[in-house]
Amino acid sequence: MSGSEKINVEVSKIIPLNNLVTRFEFKRIDGELFPTFSGGAHTIVEMKDGGIIRRNPYSLMSDPMDQHSYAISVRRDDEGRGGSLFMHNSLQVGDDMVLSYPVNLFSLDLRAKKHLMIAGGIGITPFMAQIKQLDRSQGNWELHYSARSPSLSAYADELLTMHPNNVHMYYDSENKSIDLENLLDGQPLGTHLYICGPKGMIDWAVGQAVNLGWPSEAIHYEEFLAPKPGKPFQVMLLASDKLVSVGENESLLEAIEREGVDAPYLCRGGACGQCETTVIESDGEFIHMDHWLEDEEKLSRKKIMPCVSRFDGKTLVLDR
Amino acid sequence: MTIQFNDETFRGDYTFKNSGWALKRFPFPFHEDSYMYSVNMEQHKGGPAGSIYEKRFDVDEHYLSEMRDRAEVLKEDPLRCQSLPNMTLAGWDLLELIMVSKSEDYPDMFELQRKGDKWRWINKPMEIDDSFTFLDEATLPYGPMEYITRQTQGDFVVLDQRDENLWMDAGMVTTQADWSLDFDIGMNFFEWHAPVPKAHEMGIFVRALKFLLNVQQGAPARRLNWTMTVNPLLDTSPENYHKWGTQKRTVTADNIGEKQFLRVELQTFFRLPRSNALVFPIRCYLASFNDLMTVPKWGRRLHRVIRDLPEELATYKGFIDNRPMMLDYLSKFDDGKPTSNGIWPDRETEPLRD
Ligand code: HEM
Repeated sequence: MSGSEKINVEVSKIIPLNNLVTRFEFKRIDGELFPTFSGGAHTIVEMKDGGIIRRNPYSLMSDPMDQHSYAISVRRDDEGRGGSLFMHNSLQVGDDMVLSYPVNLFSLDLRAKKHLMIAGGIGITPFMAQIKQLDRSQGNWELHYSARSPSLSAYADELLTMHPNNVHMYYDSENKSIDLENLLDGQPLGTHLYICGPKGMIDWAVGQAVNLGWPSEAIHYEEFLAPKPGKPFQVMLLASDKLVSVGENESLLEAIEREGVDAPYLCRGGACGQCETTVIESDGEFIHMDHWLEDEEKLSRKKIMPCVSRFDGKTLVLDR
Repeated sequence: MTIQFNDETFRGDYTFKNSGWALKRFPFPFHEDSYMYSVNMEQHKGGPAGSIYEKRFDVDEHYLSEMRDRAEVLKEDPLRCQSLPNMTLAGWDLLELIMVSKSEDYPDMFELQRKGDKWRWINKPMEIDDSFTFLDEATLPYGPMEYITRQTQGDFVVLDQRDENLWMDAGMVTTQADWSLDFDIGMNFFEWHAPVPKAHEMGIFVRALKFLLNVQQGAPARRLNWTMTVNPLLDTSPENYHKWGTQKRTVTADNIGEKQFLRVELQTFFRLPRSNALVFPIRCYLASFNDLMTVPKWGRRLHRVIRDLPEELATYKGFIDNRPMMLDYLSKFDDGKPTSNGIWPDRETEPLRD
């Protein structure tokens, strides 16, 4: 099977944190312990949403050492394809679900003398686990967390109470934003920078760090691209000999899976490269959304990442 | 205890010896009559009962003697075990992985009791019974990686994963096929593989790295590698080449059957959960030509593989000078008959001598 190992769980707690964000906790059905994980890891949550199986990645935000339960936090996306809406509106305590083993594409660099974390909105989640990991090893860290308003800043109170000296909050509603240039300038040698948040924030922070001469090995970021809805299109899967219609609210990968074709994947967010697929023929426009393919690969029209990317045109034939 | 441990040496008088049981489960590495590098990786999820693939960390009759040999090597050269400061957490991961695996897979020999972070580890064959605090180095006689790998057969390389690459930032390496941890420490996947012929041009390392970066928790992988060693010597290190390199010249037509060993490495890959590092255990199995020739399929096949092996590989593996003598010996066991696919001896048709 594709993806990583699976764990059968049941929803043990649903805790609304604010208007947009809800925390979900899971327990194993077999009573065994969960695997430990490293801060920054995510799990793929499988949802049986009507006729579709959705698989969305969410950062694990519980204590990595706690093997009794896993927790994620989900921001409701009213314009999205429905994964987060399903979690918010349909899921009940006691429901069975399937999680993947943890996968980490945003791990701490343990060589760092200091870990400087920049979070935007729901991008706080991987840092919750990383902070717990670092606290256990007396790691040196500092968090700069920006949110729309105090009422929409999940976990800010908890963080400020536990770590008053390490946590700095910035609220759009108070017109406060991170003074990144000065912040980066004042860091001790051996500091690593971690950014998780919306795309605009990542581009801005990475750009600033690069301009200030930060080495790329010291800059880490994670942006999960939720697959975006888009115009329906058709795709021919040559190896499996199937013509598949991709609906407005499903990804190309989900449509391939719906037809019973086993396709590789890991992050389902355009970052890991596992689902890279060869294009045999195309007549139309690719809508590449991933972080994986190089620009020239995208221009070559020979590769597509079906977890997030789409197609608009007459013919698309894939080697799958 | 189910395993009868040998009392044997891998140096000096070389009393190392395989029992019939050990030979039956020897991982003969050639699944066909020729050999070339490839991305030969598969899942490490058990295997036939009694085979070396069955358990996560195979324990066999050589266990105690191999651990004695490791202790000797470390006494002479402590740099065979190194761990950069960023790898301590990975060391604990490895300790946990091995203790949990061995106590589950060999409950008659190993026992792990855990109450929160208070752990007790009992290794009956080595007569060890230690209590310690998990994640507190001060409570163990060595660092976590060194502690557990002094009790586990095979070399261990622990790789940090960053910048889309793997970095050799820690290891316990005392049974290696002519490479040096002290030289390679801190290098990345392409740097330490630089001396290997042909494989770079074949694109093998690019594909292998891609595979390894995606090895997931709970889904370990494995592959076999092989070379040749004169005398059953575990420590064929560059540091000691002056001691063992000359032994290659002691092989004669009369003694080659007992002196020449096929050296096979079972290499496995596990993702380590707390650190996101990767551990690469390299387990070495030795079998003399004489022993291998008791399996007719292996005799036929080994002759054909060694005969047709590209010169670059025979040179890199260090037996180009002795190849003619090997072929003289091996050709006597090759009657030209066809061989079956796969690495297993043909048990049904060709019963093994015990
Ligand atoms: C992260 C895990 C790995 C480590 C630490 C490792 C390490 C090494 C080292 C130290 C050498 C000796 C190089 C020298 O001559 O100095 C070597 C050789 C080699 N490695 Fe790896 N390796 C790893 C994974 C792999 C994988 C996945 C492949 C897959 C194809 C591979 C293929 C080879 C080959 C073909 C050789 C030459 C071996 C021979 O001909 O005897 N390695 N490796």
